[in-house]
Amino acid sequence: MEPIFLWWIGEGPAQAGLLEHVRLHLAAAFQRPALPWDGPERPAGALDPRRGQHATSVILTWLLQAGPPAGKVLAVTDQDLFIPILTYVFGEAQLGGRAAVCSTARLAEGVALAGPRLLVERLAKEAVHEVGHAFGLRHCDTLGCVMGRSPGVAGVDQKSHQLCTTCRRRLEEPPARRPHVR
Amino acid sequence: MSGERIKILVVDDEEIVRESLGGWLEKDGYLVEVAADGPSALARLQAEPRAVLVADLKMPGMDGLQLLEQAKRIQPDLAVVIMTAYATVDTAVSAMKLGAYDYLMKPFDPEELSLMMQKITAQQALIRENAVLRQALKKDQGFRDLVSRSPGMQAVFEMARSAARTSSTVLILGESGTGKEVLARAIHAESPRAAKAFVAVSCASLTESLLESELFGHERGAFTGANARHKGKFEAAHGGTLFLDEIGDIGPKLQLDLLRVLEERKFHRIGGNDLIEVDVRIVAATNRDLKKAVASGAFREDLFYRLDVVVLSLPPLRQRKEDIPLLAERFLERLSVEMMKPIEGLSAEAMEGLLSYAWPGNVRELRNALERAAVVARTPVLQLSDLGLPARAEPGPAAPAGGALPSLDAVERRHIAAVLSSTGGNVSQAARVLDIDRVTLYSRMRKYGLKRDGEEDDTDPGHHQHS
Repeated sequence: MEPIFLWWIGEGPAQAGLLEHVRLHLAAAFQRPALPWDGPERPAGALDPRRGQHATSVILTWLLQAGPPAGKVLAVTDQDLFIPILTYVFGEAQLGGRAAVCSTARLAEGVALAGPRLLVERLAKEAVHEVGHAFGLRHCDTLGCVMGRSPGVAGVDQKSHQLCTTCRRRLEEPPARRPHVR
Repeated sequence: MSGERIKILVVDDEEIVRESLGGWLEKDGYLVEVAADGPSALARLQAEPRAVLVADLKMPGMDGLQLLEQAKRIQPDLAVVIMTAYATVDTAVSAMKLGAYDYLMKPFDPEELSLMMQKITAQQALIRENAVLRQALKKDQGFRDLVSRSPGMQAVFEMARSAARTSSTVLILGESGTGKEVLARAIHAESPRAAKAFVAVSCASLTESLLESELFGHERGAFTGANARHKGKFEAAHGGTLFLDEIGDIGPKLQLDLLRVLEERKFHRIGGNDLIEVDVRIVAATNRDLKKAVASGAFREDLFYRLDVVVLSLPPLRQRKEDIPLLAERFLERLSVEMMKPIEGLSAEAMEGLLSYAWPGNVRELRNALERAAVVARTPVLQLSDLGLPARAEPGPAAPAGGALPSLDAVERRHIAAVLSSTGGNVSQAARVLDIDRVTLYSRMRKYGLKRDGEEDDTDPGHHQHS
């Protein structure tokens, strides 16, 4: 069973215990080893100077080249992320692919008041969410499912860390051919 | 996301936008296709409908507003979202006026996109549900007037339903009163032309020149009395169905004119120079044997083959007696409502009478007999005597004593007398049953010395003929 690798690629150091918490949630959600991955490199060319944000597409491409040779890899950063058409994203993943990334930048909203635990919880949910996409899961309408849409932090807070039974069943299905026509 | 996945077409000349928006929407559960420009998006819409079109405003060649306008012509219920990095009030107003669902400023907030898509999804689900309900209500609505349990009729209905979905010419054969026009109306009602006109023309009721004018119309001054331009039935039926009843009765000149219009779908009004093009589905009907008419030279062979595409042959009522109780029940239900009179049904004796009669006037005669019974009945259950059926159940041309076969006149006289008797002397009803006009019936009654109740007329012995 191929593991999920977790890699901090932020500018500053990761908060103590943050990645460990995420790693445990990933292992529990996907029933497979979740292991730390590290390296001195950081994605180059991801910063869009006009927007002052990092392009997820560049990071995902880089992760496939610089990251582990097998399994899924989730990069966590403290930089604000975007895809060209949206003002920001909490994270991004290749649907049914290997690489995923998520950011603490927007998840930190309100953390100063509520305490650092809130950021840890939010990040764990978004990490499971993005890795879920990498396993081929789409957004889910089931109330509380971690694969639910969360365009704002309020949406992240409302959902749980858990995959609903439908998403769990889909995970166990053999990977379907993507119907996406381009 | 549950249920059928919503199909979205994303149109943007920038690949990065197509990819990022397409990928995002795909994760949201939508079935996404992308196109790089307006023309290719329109081609895709023409090939297959989509629920949502998300298009950039500024694109080389065809811009988002032009695409919106043309896409709405192809698919009016399409939800179109226009995106732009250069929004102005004017373009936003133009987009909304052209029927855009909404307007998004690039880049947009993920929450805004997500909410908009959820709203569109809910709206599309309602539209689909509505369409399904309407379809379920409409399904077979056109055939509701055609009542039958006979296998022969069921086969005809099945073929008619298939034919209804096409624009093929249909030829309906059957004796008078078997329901040829009802079937023609059902075919129209079940066809994609249902929203347009169903125009019926009885070809036997008019002289050739009048029928020509009726079908093709005329220009002002085309002939004496043509005081104004008159549009014909072909034009009136444009986009819909033209029902040509009793087509076997038209003369040679009109046969040729009809052949031309069926081949070319173009014609001139009488006295006109303009070539008028029409899209009309032809359903023709006749109680004549057209093949025999072709063999005898009375009907053009080429016109026959133009009409003989989908042929539906309605059996006479005497060959599907199992339908009589069903039809009687349906007619009595309606008569009860129309007359505001309680009618509960038929006595066993009355039903036996209906079943043993030969119904030369077919379903029309049955309906008329029941209408008459409903009028005269004094109890909610109709009696045999109310029906006024001829005393002999099968008034066929029985050979008289001595073995000599009766003359045609004698048979006709006897039949007219029987029908008049069954309608209680009502000439209009009798004419309908006999499928001739009242003037003709009066002329025959005079010829055979018949009174209104079917009895012999002593006042006109000169026309008295014994059978």
